Amino acid sequence: MDLLAAFSEAFGLITRLDPGFVAIVGLSLRVSLTAVLLAALIGLPLGAWLALARFPGRSLLVVAINALMGLPPVVAGLIVFLVLSRSGPLGSLGLLFTPSAMIIAQTLLVLPIVISLTRATVEELWSEYRDHLTALGLTGFRAVPTLLWDGRFALTTGLLAGFGRASAEVGAVLMVGGNIAHYTRTMTTTIALETSKGDLALALGLSLILMTLTLMINGAAYAASRIGARFAGS
Amino acid sequence: MFTRRIFLGLTMATLFSASAIAQNNERFIVVSSTTSTTDSGLFNHILPLFKAKTGIDVRVISQGTGQALDTGKRGDADVVIVHAKSQEEKFVAEGFGVERKPVMYNDFVLIGPKADPAAVKNTKDIVAALKAIQSRSALFVSRGDKSGTHAAELTLWKTAGIDIDQAKGPWYRDIGQGMGAALNTASAMNAYVLADRATWLNFKNRGDLAIMVEGDTRLFNQYGVILVDPKKHPHVKAKDGQAFIDWLISAEGQRAIGDYKINGEILFFPNASQPGA
Repeated sequence: MDLLAAFSEAFGLITRLDPGFVAIVGLSLRVSLTAVLLAALIGLPLGAWLALARFPGRSLLVVAINALMGLPPVVAGLIVFLVLSRSGPLGSLGLLFTPSAMIIAQTLLVLPIVISLTRATVEELWSEYRDHLTALGLTGFRAVPTLLWDGRFALTTGLLAGFGRASAEVGAVLMVGGNIAHYTRTMTTTIALETSKGDLALALGLSLILMTLTLMINGAAYAASRIGARFAGS
Repeated sequence: MFTRRIFLGLTMATLFSASAIAQNNERFIVVSSTTSTTDSGLFNHILPLFKAKTGIDVRVISQGTGQALDTGKRGDADVVIVHAKSQEEKFVAEGFGVERKPVMYNDFVLIGPKADPAAVKNTKDIVAALKAIQSRSALFVSRGDKSGTHAAELTLWKTAGIDIDQAKGPWYRDIGQGMGAALNTASAMNAYVLADRATWLNFKNRGDLAIMVEGDTRLFNQYGVILVDPKKHPHVKAKDGQAFIDWLISAEGQRAIGDYKINGEILFFPNASQPGA
């Protein structure tokens, strides 16, 4: 196996901005970022609500959501597959084997992480600033926007963890996307495909690119939060 | 405020791109087919020709034959192209498919380590080779995934008079994965494996593996194409799906299949007009 040639081939894909390769990277990012965004829109308010609400069975729900952070991607994929299949309950939407199906599956994977980390963050902030916020008249759920805003740096880390889970998984997108060339083929499914073709070197090259991209996104988020912190004066 | 505005902007941008994904009104059909047709590069060669002529985009999901037929049964594909004639005929008889048409054939080859512990090299008799592998308990990798290749392997064991369920031991490694994964496994443990020639020719991680047995007529591998029955699944794109099938078995489609070569070797032999194929 000629590793050097494979790496130069893999990096040639970047430097030449190979259109097929750029489309694959673009799709991967679009699917995973959309999934994280949807999970944030649902999970942040839900997690904050779970932090402040008191009801019977709450502990059970908290444990269940924590456990779902370990939901195997193939299981999420299988559930979405069965629901979206033409023979399933939402089959008439025709979403199976489309990028939308991949977004739904990844949202399912990211959501428990966002809910759990939001709940933990907000719970801690609430116990710390409860008296202060109450004095300002922000009681109960009216404190949620302030608590979320104050916890934004911890929450950003949670969203990055979610993005990591979404962009790294292959089982769910393979099952509900079908790895269709030029349409639902992502970085991870391409790596799996090249491995199955026995082109281990190219697969390894693509893996390095995927990890580099992840590194860049995390670096950008870290820089943004540092700059944000300076603006906020905290 | 600054960060909030950025966040809002990002939200809008992502939602926009998400809706752009959802509203893709391209004319397309979904074809469920086998890993061999995709991994070999055949579809990359013929689909652009079909699209140029008709404007129809063909989205291919590559699976094992059993799974590909299952995808058709659930109505998640418009057309299936697979290689296990009896299963295809059953699919049509059960009302899931309109009609089965032969398209092309390729052949299986027995791959094995160059050291050849079962001494099967240079025989043309696949049945004798399998008997030798079993009697010497030489390592053998089986797909074990209900694919067409797996079905062919099981048929060959039966032809050899070996009840593989009884005879299998630690030498028989049932991995339940696709052709590429089976070849990777065989390469890693220097085992014998039955593969379709197309995937083998395109396979790069060969290690010590080479072709051991080829050319036995029992190794021929016929592909058929079936339109999923719109009476069963009304959303099936019958018109565009049929257009694809008609093109595949037309003189033009058949020529496109025969034109596809790797290292000068034809991978799939068109035979739509051969009776009984």
